Amino acid sequence: MSTTIAPPPALARELAAIVGADGVITDLAARTVYECDGFTLERAVPDLVVLPRSTEEVARVLRAAWRTGVPFVPRGAGTGLAGGCLAAPARLVVGTSRMRTIRAVDVPNRRVIAEAGVVNAEVSRAVRAAGLHYVPDPSSQSACTIGGNVAENSGGPHTLKYGVTANHVLALELVLPDGDVVPLGDGVGDGLGYDLAGVVCGAEGTTGIVTAATLRVVPLPEAVVTLLAVFATVAEATTAVSAIIAAGIVPAALEMMDRTIVAAVEAAFRVGFPTDAGAVLIIEIDGDAAGLAMTAALIADLCRRHGASGVRRAADEAERAALWKSRKRAFGAVGRLSPSYCTQDGVVPRTRLPEILVRIEEAGLRHGLRIGNVFHAGDGNIHPIVLYDERDPEEAARALAAGRDILRACLELGGSVTGEHGIGVEKMVELGLAFTADDLALMRRVRGVFDPEERANPGKIFPTPGACVEQRAPRRQAAL
Amino acid sequence: MPPGHCATPPGGFAPVERFLACVHCGLCHSACPTYLALGTEADSPRGRIHLMRALQEGRLALDADAVRHLDLCLGCRGCETACPSGVAYGQLIEAARPWIEERYRRPWRERARRRVVVRVLTTRWLLRALLAPLRLLDRLGVRGQLRPEGAGTGAGAYSRLGRGARVGGAFRAIARTLAPHASARLAAMLDLLPASLAPRAVLPREPASVDGDAAAPHLHLVPGCVMPELCGDTVRNTARVLAVNGWRSSVPRGVGCCGALALHAGDRAAALAAARCTLDALVAATPAENAPAIVATAAGCGAMMKSWGELFADDLARAAAARTVAARVRDATELLAQAPLSPPAALSPRRVAYHDPCHLAHAQGIREAPRALLAAVPGLELVGMEDEDLCCGSAGHYNVLQPVMARTLVERKVAAIRASGAELVVTANAGCALQLEAGLRAAGLTIPVRHLVDVLAEAYAGS
Ligand code: SF4
Ligand code: SF4
Repeated sequence: MSTTIAPPPALARELAAIVGADGVITDLAARTVYECDGFTLERAVPDLVVLPRSTEEVARVLRAAWRTGVPFVPRGAGTGLAGGCLAAPARLVVGTSRMRTIRAVDVPNRRVIAEAGVVNAEVSRAVRAAGLHYVPDPSSQSACTIGGNVAENSGGPHTLKYGVTANHVLALELVLPDGDVVPLGDGVGDGLGYDLAGVVCGAEGTTGIVTAATLRVVPLPEAVVTLLAVFATVAEATTAVSAIIAAGIVPAALEMMDRTIVAAVEAAFRVGFPTDAGAVLIIEIDGDAAGLAMTAALIADLCRRHGASGVRRAADEAERAALWKSRKRAFGAVGRLSPSYCTQDGVVPRTRLPEILVRIEEAGLRHGLRIGNVFHAGDGNIHPIVLYDERDPEEAARALAAGRDILRACLELGGSVTGEHGIGVEKMVELGLAFTADDLALMRRVRGVFDPEERANPGKIFPTPGACVEQRAPRRQAAL
Repeated sequence: MPPGHCATPPGGFAPVERFLACVHCGLCHSACPTYLALGTEADSPRGRIHLMRALQEGRLALDADAVRHLDLCLGCRGCETACPSGVAYGQLIEAARPWIEERYRRPWRERARRRVVVRVLTTRWLLRALLAPLRLLDRLGVRGQLRPEGAGTGAGAYSRLGRGARVGGAFRAIARTLAPHASARLAAMLDLLPASLAPRAVLPREPASVDGDAAAPHLHLVPGCVMPELCGDTVRNTARVLAVNGWRSSVPRGVGCCGALALHAGDRAAALAAARCTLDALVAATPAENAPAIVATAAGCGAMMKSWGELFADDLARAAAARTVAARVRDATELLAQAPLSPPAALSPRRVAYHDPCHLAHAQGIREAPRALLAAVPGLELVGMEDEDLCCGSAGHYNVLQPVMARTLVERKVAAIRASGAELVVTANAGCALQLEAGLRAAGLTIPVRHLVDVLAEAYAGS
């Protein structure tokens, strides 16, 4: 099968001629650091890493790979959480970290053309002076790239009101696996014809390499109010979430952290969370200043009626920024509690949040592991964080098993196995549970339109019969 | 065992827990100057942690490739500020460096270069001797004439000395022999020198206050190795600004190097030897009844001394003293911002950008104090600048050992300064000031760069 073909030495020389010698990484030391992304349970050292600087270079690199029959793995900043850029079975990594140019800032038309390697937060930075911002704000926004965001169709806390990456992409520049550069979308978001850019969003690099994206930027909300509500139990917090939504309020963001996470976050950032709280909600509303005060009062009232012991309002921008910083860096802060952790990503209908939380707790007890919860409560996107010690292979195996149990529970409750982290290698098996064989075959045919030979990020997303972490593909090894 | 001190595996350099603290999230990437410049993950904090761990575990051989990526680390600790997981990157790299030096044999040229640079910078008489010719040129007022506008001041001076019309014959001969051997690195080093050298600082041995008040609280100054020779004014001004604010200060005899430069170069033994002298001198100078604060004039020294507890952890005779002394260390800006500042007079109105020295902002967490001090000077308007706390490439002796990367970084900085519209750049560390000044000069810009303490001293001189 073409997917296991290693790049021959001649290819390295050819690629060096395209991108320059310093853009081709062959030495073992430098390759080793590319053996995993933010999902560290499986690792594979690539044979070759190439870092083109322009669309043209990407096209020439892919053409050369195409001719030699070598499949490739696209990689952005390597902050993904599902192993989407694991260098297996393909062993050639094409990184976009040197494509960091913002090609155009078009304020009148409210769009920005950013190359794939531009960091998410930089897009907002580029238009801040004009009072605009780029809405999708994944927790890793200070490091993750636009290319990666498109591949994973990333969300973030503000997904609740404003939608995911696909809702903010007006056009894409895609390099197909054979090196052809194709523009997708018209750049104004008219949606004439098939929404091909929409197909590529979330395809996890299986359609080729996105080299640039035209992104919608919007005015910063006139006013923002951020509230912190403290509850004694997670159950109370989740019923308050349901009450807020049921009251017809659409918060810009509605996030929950449980006791374990609050403790970690407080240790890391000292924002003044009550560490004895069972759960906290961060609720953000935005819009015109006049209406916000009323909505804020209504939310505070609803929270209190559902058991909140206190509702605090961020006094100023600094306090608001501190709250968000703590929330967005919550995953990392967990590193203070445990040698290793595995972040899960699942979705349940919002009304079933209390149930899934019980199931998560049960999974933790069953496998003897501590599990913290931080999630986008507003849209039912849960992120249980399973704490374990990677030095204990048996414990790591239990962590994987607990994660699986939770995802299965999500499916049973009518939800999904990923809200925003993607399938990668981590959830290929679960994808098979979520969809029928016919559904999967159809998806593969869609992919085949872009990548008939499966050269772009093969071995990801689609479950191959019998493949799971216990039966690893060649050269894929768990870090157990 | 002191708390937080975990066992290091035999043959390794850091307890495995320190590595496990890194959860591989990559949030540190965009805070790392070398990753931003190169885009290679082996030159990112996460990549380097990955490399160090693989080296310690023996998964990777300690070869030139691995060493190159770790050498390229500035030790700026921007990654620590960005890391949500509290990874003590500085401790990891500082432990890795001596381990590398013990096991990896560098090409002799490089070995010699590293040794010479650290030696020169940390040996006051040597540095003084090397600067003497330039001082003489400054005295004669000819260094400027030897240099075409905009060109480097130092290396240019050496290489063009031979052609200098008004310089003595003997000098010309020396210069002629020196010039061809001035390697790119020497050139880089010399180009960093300020446009004109301030007189050397004579270290105040006896504490003096503004009005002779013998009861004014007393401070110990640690002026560092390089500053008294190269930035004498700043050392003098530190004492003066402190005096205006009611502190008497003196440099106790025997106080010299804090060990930072040697440690960053991976020479732990030399670092310990140097730091031991300074520590002992500070202990000896401390009256039992009132232990004065210790003021470091360089951010790197302050950061190093604040972590002396860690450095001396295995020196049982000194461990306790090192911890006590470390707890007394303050940066001058930190101390000044603690109490109400004696009001400075107005300076001519200017827009000012502040550059955060890494060893102040990232290593010591001091960001607000210098800004507050600047804001206290009437006339100065603080403007924001992109990446204010991104390393300028100075990083101790980094700009001498890694001139190419240092230049890339300072160019980025210069672009940010230019975009900010600032008419004056202020920083709180002499090394950064030199680097920024050299960068601006190379770009043909005339925006002045000043040490915060010098700005305050000027404002006080006017009041
Ligand atoms: S931010 Fe911290 S935990 Fe995350 S990769 Fe960097 S060093 Fe590791
Ligand atoms: S210390 Fe500075 S240069 Fe070194 S890894 Fe951290 S951020 Fe990068």
